[in-house]
This record gives sequence, C-alpha cells and structure tokens, in this order.
Amino acid sequence: MRRAALALLLAPLIALAAAAQPQSGFELMAPETQAMQRDDTANPGMLWVQEGEALWQQSGCAGCHGDAAASMRGAAARYPVYDEARAGPIDLAGRINQCRVERQGAPALALEGEPLLALGSFVAHQSRGLPVAPPADPRLAPARAQGEALFRERRGQLNLSCAQCHDDNAGRRLAGSPIPQGHPNGYPLYRLEWQGMGSLQRRLRNCMAGVRSEPFAYGAPEYIAIETFLMSRAAGLLLETPAVRP
Amino acid sequence: MARTLINLPRNPKRGEVIEIRTLIQHGMETGYRPGPNGVTQQRDIIRSFTCLFNNEEVFRAELHQAIAANPFLEFSMLVTESGILAFTWSGDNGFEQTETRALTVA
Ligand code: HEC
Ligand code: HEC
Repeated sequence: MRRAALALLLAPLIALAAAAQPQSGFELMAPETQAMQRDDTANPGMLWVQEGEALWQQSGCAGCHGDAAASMRGAAARYPVYDEARAGPIDLAGRINQCRVERQGAPALALEGEPLLALGSFVAHQSRGLPVAPPADPRLAPARAQGEALFRERRGQLNLSCAQCHDDNAGRRLAGSPIPQGHPNGYPLYRLEWQGMGSLQRRLRNCMAGVRSEPFAYGAPEYIAIETFLMSRAAGLLLETPAVRP
Repeated sequence: MARTLINLPRNPKRGEVIEIRTLIQHGMETGYRPGPNGVTQQRDIIRSFTCLFNNEEVFRAELHQAIAANPFLEFSMLVTESGILAFTWSGDNGFEQTETRALTVA
C-alpha cells in the first residue's frame, strides 16, 4: 500500500525528468532514414567526410595538426568557443577559416561552399559519439543570452518564435513532418530535401524562411549566438556528424 | 573525380551470395528545374552503371531523372572465385568513372 502510493507520487517526477532530457532529431525519423544514417556505406554524408579528409592532407592542415583522429577529437562537441581575437564566440567553420587566413596566408573558404562543408564534416566527424559539452566559460554568457532571446523572439509574417515550435510543440506534427526539439548535434549533415550537405546555418535559414522572415546573411553573429545557445540546450546529446535528416 | 563509397564483405566463401553497395557523389540534375536565373538547367545525370567481375558483367542498371542525387545502389552476386570487380558509372556531359576492388575468397 505504502509502496503503491510512493510509486504514484514518483511517476510524475520520472515523467518530468524524462522530458528534461534533450532528444535528438534522429529519434523522430523514419526507420529507413535512421538506417541510412547508421550505415557509413549508405550515408551520403560520408562522401563529404572523405573529401574533407583529402583536403586535410592536401591543404596543409595535417602539417600543424597531424592526425585529426587525435587532434580534432572533441573539438566539435565544444564549439562555439570564446575567441580572443574576435572578443566573442567563434564557430568551427570560423576557426577553420581563421587557420587558413591567419596561419596559412590562404584565402578564406566560402561559407556553405563544398570545400568548407567537407573540412567541417571531417573535423566534426572526429567527435561523433561524444556528448555535446559546451564550455563553462563565462565570456560566452552574453552570446548565449542573445541566442536565447533570438530563440524566444517571434519573427516573420507567421509571427512565430523558434521556442513555439521546438519547445512548445516538439514531438507534434507540422503538416506531415514531426517537429524535432531543434538540436544542432548532427551538423554539417545530409538533408534528403537538399539532396546535399548543409551547415547548421543553412538549417536555421530554412526555419527562418519557413515563418516568412528574412534570414540573416551567412556568417552573421546572430547565427553564432543562436548556435551557442542551442549547444547549451543540447548538452549531453551525442554528436552524429554526418547525420541524415529528412 | 567524384567521391565513391564501395562496400564488400572482406573474405567471402566460395558459393556465398554477397551484397555489394555503392554510393557516388553526383548531383543528378533532372533537366526540369529552373536555375537561379530562371532558365531551365541542362540535364546532368548518371545514365548507366555496370559491375564487371573478371571482365564479365554481373550487374547493370539504367538510371533516370527521378533518381536522387548521390545515387546508392545495392545488388548481390554469387562468389565463385577470387578476382577483380570493376564498377563504372557513366552519364551526361561525358561523365565516366571506374573504380576497381579486389575480391578474395576465404
Ligand atoms: C600553421 C599551423 C596551422 C595550420 C596550417 C592549420 N592550423 Fe588549425 N590551428 C592552429 C593553432 C595554433 C590552433 C589553436 C588556436 C587556438 O586555440 O587559439 C588551431 C586550431 C584549430 C581548430 C580548433 C581546435 C580546437 O580544439 O579548438 C580547428 C578546428 C583547426 N585548427 C582546423 C584547421 C584546419 C581545417 C586547417 C587546414 C585548413 C588548419 N587548422 C590549419 C594551427 C594551424
Ligand atoms: C513553424 C515551426 C518552426 C519554427 C518557428 C522553427 N522551426 Fe526549426 N524546425 C521545424 C521543423 C518542422 C524542423 C524539421 C524539418 C525536417 O526535418 O524536415 C526543424 C528543424 C530544426 C533544426 C534541425 C534539427 C535537427 O535534428 O537537425 C534546428 C536546429 C532548428 N529547427 C532550429 C530552429 C531555430 C533556431 C528556429 C528559430 C530561428 C526555428 N528552428 C524555428 C520547425 C520550426
């Protein structure tokens, strides 16, 4: 009797704890799409990882960083991090371009261009399976707060905030597709709708255009602020790069 | 050169039926879509795929516009001996690529 009462009392607590766990968009996908992501010989994102590995050798990254499996392991799980030079957060793509421009004297790679997506996928792939671990650096707090404000701000002709879909209605459906919690743990990823690889910023632009708002330009600090917030919101989720999404 | 992923079992036995999976990086532009300038983009697809084993054809496929970018093909083959597999994709604009892999029976 006492045990039954205790179980009744605990049940809602357990449900609450479960709801607080972030859930990867992977969990909401069709079994076929999950199988495609899981199998490295069927996951088209692996073509970009392979391309990135070749670029890593050819464009001199290996000269300083050596074997990426050791030197880059865990990097993608931490980014964005605080960058002294920018006096603000820097994302992984920004860091790769910083290495090119400042350490190699080479031109920056175009954002969303194939070479940068390939290098970004290869670097992030080294952290696959590691939990998202945003740094506790207090200098990131302003960006995180700005990102959260952007996440909660209503935008576009549909006047919807990210939170209205990804917090309030996650797990429900928008037309035919399930609404995920909106986590950044698989990027760059292969989206079937794109028939190609894309960055988190491309995904965010899709969501912004979806509510009929004008997306920020690629590389805008707003995206990096949103990413900084999204990474703290996704803490503990495992990295999936290269993920596959519908 | 387009990137490819080819997956074969490592040491199949004689008489075994094996699964072979291939993936190639290709845009498979249908020829129906308008480009950013509003003009319809030219078709640019892979039109044929063949797999030879010791120079003998074991699998062939024709590809068409409705096939997604970066086409993935999976087929099976009866293993009779060790040898060389040659995979060839060819298509519009002179696209042609061949990859070879050794198959060694256990
Ligand atoms: C001349 C040496 C040099 C070259 C070449 C170089 N890097 Fe770096 N890279 C560095 C240094 C030094 C750091 C550490 C910067 C810091 O922590 O402020 C770094 C940091 C990084 C990081 C962040 C790692 C982390 O754990 O935070 C990434 C990612 C990276 N480089 C990628 C690349 C890529 C991709 C290339 C090739 C395009 C490249 N680097 C070429 C010297 C180099
Ligand atoms: C109208 C509802 C809606 C709004 C508003 C919205 N999204 Fe989304 N978002 C979606 C849907 C639906 C998907 C999944 C689409 C798919 O996979 O086909 C998605 C996907 C995502 C993903 C990818 C998750 C993954 O697993 O890869 C992220 C990240 C994301 N949204 C962030 C945001 C941010 C940040 C905002 C605000 C700027 C936003 N979204 C606004 C509906 C919305």
